[in-house]
Amino acid sequence: MSNALDLTLADALSALEKKELSSVELTEAYIAQMDATRDLNAYITETPDIALDMAKASDARRAAGDVGLMEGVPVGIKDLFCTEGTRTTAGSHILENFVPTYESTVTTKLFSQGAVMLGKTNLDEFAMGSSNQTSYYGDCASPWKAADGKARTPGGSSGGSASAVAAKSALATTGTDTGGSIRQPAAFCGITGIKPTYGRCSRWGVVAFASSLDQPGCFGRTVEDNAIMLQAMAGYDPKDSTSIDRAVPDYRAQITGDIKGKKIGIPKEYRVDGMPQEIEKLWQQGMDWLRDAGAEIVDISLPLTDKALPTYYIIAPAEASSNLARYDGVRYGLRVEGADLDDMYAKTRGQGFGEEVKRRIMIGTYVLSAGYYDAYYNKARRVRKMILNEFLDVYNQVDAILTPTTPSAAFTLDDAPTDPVTMYLNDVFTVPASLAGLPGLSLPAGLSSEGLPLGLQVLGKPFEEGEVLNVASVLEAAAGFQRL
Amino acid sequence: MAIDRDTVTRVAFLSRLEIEDAQKDAMTHDLSNILTFVEALNDVDASGVEPMTSVVEAYAPLREDQVNDGGYPDKVLANAPDRVQDFYAVPKVVE
Amino acid sequence: MTYTIKGNTGEWEVVIGLEVHAQVISNSKLFSGSATDFGAEPNSQVSFVDSAQPGMLPVVNKECLRQAIRTGLGLNAEINRYSVFDRKNYFYADLPQGYQISQLYHPIVGEGQIEIDLEDGSTRTIGIERLHLEQDAGKSIHDLDPKRSFIDLNRCGVALMEIVSRPDLRSPEEAGAYLRKLRTIFRYLGTCDGNMEEGSMRADVNVSVRKPGDEFGTRTETKNVNSIRFVMQAIESEALRQVKLVESGGEVQQETRLWDAGKGHTRPMRSKEFAHDYRYFPCPDLLPVNLPESFVDAIKSDMPELPDDKKKRFINDYGLPAYDAGVLVAERETAAFYEQVAEAAGNAKLAANWTMGDFFGALNKADIALADSPISARQLGGLIKLIADDTISGRIAKDVFEIMWETGKDAETIVEEKGLKQITDTDEIEGIIDQIIADNPAQVEKVKVNEKLLGWFVGQTMKATGGKANPGVVNKLLKDKLGL
Repeated sequence: MSNALDLTLADALSALEKKELSSVELTEAYIAQMDATRDLNAYITETPDIALDMAKASDARRAAGDVGLMEGVPVGIKDLFCTEGTRTTAGSHILENFVPTYESTVTTKLFSQGAVMLGKTNLDEFAMGSSNQTSYYGDCASPWKAADGKARTPGGSSGGSASAVAAKSALATTGTDTGGSIRQPAAFCGITGIKPTYGRCSRWGVVAFASSLDQPGCFGRTVEDNAIMLQAMAGYDPKDSTSIDRAVPDYRAQITGDIKGKKIGIPKEYRVDGMPQEIEKLWQQGMDWLRDAGAEIVDISLPLTDKALPTYYIIAPAEASSNLARYDGVRYGLRVEGADLDDMYAKTRGQGFGEEVKRRIMIGTYVLSAGYYDAYYNKARRVRKMILNEFLDVYNQVDAILTPTTPSAAFTLDDAPTDPVTMYLNDVFTVPASLAGLPGLSLPAGLSSEGLPLGLQVLGKPFEEGEVLNVASVLEAAAGFQRL
Repeated sequence: MAIDRDTVTRVAFLSRLEIEDAQKDAMTHDLSNILTFVEALNDVDASGVEPMTSVVEAYAPLREDQVNDGGYPDKVLANAPDRVQDFYAVPKVVE
Repeated sequence: MTYTIKGNTGEWEVVIGLEVHAQVISNSKLFSGSATDFGAEPNSQVSFVDSAQPGMLPVVNKECLRQAIRTGLGLNAEINRYSVFDRKNYFYADLPQGYQISQLYHPIVGEGQIEIDLEDGSTRTIGIERLHLEQDAGKSIHDLDPKRSFIDLNRCGVALMEIVSRPDLRSPEEAGAYLRKLRTIFRYLGTCDGNMEEGSMRADVNVSVRKPGDEFGTRTETKNVNSIRFVMQAIESEALRQVKLVESGGEVQQETRLWDAGKGHTRPMRSKEFAHDYRYFPCPDLLPVNLPESFVDAIKSDMPELPDDKKKRFINDYGLPAYDAGVLVAERETAAFYEQVAEAAGNAKLAANWTMGDFFGALNKADIALADSPISARQLGGLIKLIADDTISGRIAKDVFEIMWETGKDAETIVEEKGLKQITDTDEIEGIIDQIIADNPAQVEKVKVNEKLLGWFVGQTMKATGGKANPGVVNKLLKDKLGL
């Protein structure tokens, strides 16, 4: 099939079902595309041999009538998910040679549902970043280009995963979202990505950044593709104490396109100073589409919105400083010899981690240290609770919330902010929901004046991913966004 | 809040991160900026609010006391930079 | 009696607090399903979780909570159904995560108290500040290679109970009694085997000195002392060191020290302990523990009689002196053995004397454990019963005991076979006495002047009966016959 790469995941599944194409054929097409788009650097490790073996096995299973939710679908795996026998770097020099001897729960689930692994996708080091530029394995670019022709960031941290889906070097990919690492790259790359409710997908085997915020999710071309993939990933895992024992509904069935009478909240605090007109316009357009579909648009207030980033930049580094203590050169990963044990630690970590990771470890260590714990860390935990309560209060009035995903379109890799704080501002719209553990989705809804994709974000109530997907499907249909 | 180089040195030691002297000023500058940024929380009156322990209203699931893991030294040692027999080896530790 | 140290400037009081680390008896580790057996092959009881591989997550072992609560009840302590696990962050070769999961802010057990039994039979109440659960570290082996230390993580992650006493102890003897009492409680409850040689019970010893009535002095902490004797020695030598230091114009530094058993003194740690700042914060990989009332109730209803209660019962019901009762309840097995002896004997006091005297003496002499005794409790009780009902004399009983020990035969059988029954038949004894009086007229004259010579007649009578005559009957008859 010449247009195999143009199929959505849902289309591909039905083509496979109808024997119009085999998983091997589909996989070969993706491997060829992986080759053709290598300059984007979406993958850190390509695994074409594994992919073909898995595709063959999938075709055999299908022939035997054993068909999983993702049967035969070639996917990319963010290189933060541990994959048994396949190197897992977390985008870091410190894990350059780390080959896990175990498989993460999410990838286990995906593969047991028939997914085929094309490779491990690029990301910001330890998922810390918003541009994929902190990766030790080089910048990743979005396949989208503006008139200036300059390479654009795919966003981060799941930049490789987003870029791969947009560039059709994967049909779908996994991501993780700590403060916006799925939603922001989805917006920048003109694709759809969902971060489910905290606790919905198991974190077991996912290299940790900030445990109380990290949540696996996925990228796809469409809302429906997201529903299918999330279905295969979600569910309680007794090995993850923070995963929630709650039935996973049939997400695809929840996409009815019917949102009549639904109340959609528009938080006024998301109209930030200096937000480009085109973003404001896109947001208004989104409201109109939903209103046209019968939803009620409700003005809401989330007064602590501007406190979310400062809260996040205390909590996430604090947890990260502790989570990354295990990279000490003793049991796995890089070791740089030193005069004694402490020197070995300092050299290994000093040379193994990049600048942004070091900054966050330092900040995290500082805010947890004696004398500062209450002023920073506990204060942030209190404000976080208040932010959650604000959302829960609002959800007494509305069913979902609509916001822009990012305050701008993708910036060029060359002009990326060098000041960390400016870079952090990229996550201003995604971080609040992360702090509250809420499900959120970004879908492409229009283009900027430069011709770059812009995303809208739909936030839902805890464990109401189905509602989020359904609202998003209405926007998707109305937007008619032209994918690459 | 601005922090000084000595603080950076102390925090770097606590974090076991070697930071070259040449980088210390940049690090001091960046950390000061970030700390100033997060101090926006000083404006929030959070008195009377319990610090959040978990985002979900749930409690720790408890495991039955069964031996169902371990017993694979080769797997846990597979990536060791310095393995001697079935031990991890590190530079000599003096207590 | 108050223990003091005599310095050049007068008497010094010693203030001691102990932090006891007791390994919990459980099949698997606190947060993983690895085995906990002592002495296994290196790293053979290590999971991905224990070795802190990337993405691994802890899950709480229910049995460890149960054991901590049982112990808490044994310490008459407040049980906290709500508790939280925190991370204690520091780097060490045998601490793979770079943090130890412990409980700082919300321990599972709060304040309690125990009574310690002192040698003079008195008791003292010692306050318990808290008991919390935490992970044990792995083991560093320093003597297998000149330049490297080897790490075995088998012990890593085994549950420990840390029991923190109030600074209520005032002498090495009290510290020893406190540790023995804790061990007794652990063993009664089956929560820790109390085996200090294998490291399953270790103590950190906090010592300070002060002039009586003064405020507490600066304390030092001597880490990981692994026998009761060493704890007592460490206190004595550390207190002496502090007194000498202060009297010579020095100041005690708050520091961590190590016990050097070979040299019999403490020394400061050489590692950079001073730079520690543990940066405790709630472990974001774990949710708070919240146990239902029924969980604690089930443990309460299943509690064995505790040593102090048993001791009181032995004093009240059996009329034993406090000291004897204390000795008998020190081990649950001993107390149970004694109770069986007492029941079979029908005389609790005599049973206590025999159990603690001849029986323990024989066990000690033969260097065998109670469980391996050749004489059962029922048999020992049977022997005592023969004494109590005047079938044999106490003197004969000692011979019978020896034969029992050798042959394992019941006392009654031995007495029967050897014809050792006491002669209480007055007529028979009278005949023998008459004969002795008739044969020794000179002695008869003398005894009438010097009553002390009665003993000679008693001796003769016993000799003539092979020791079987009832001494009471003999005495009475002799006095009658000799007109004394």
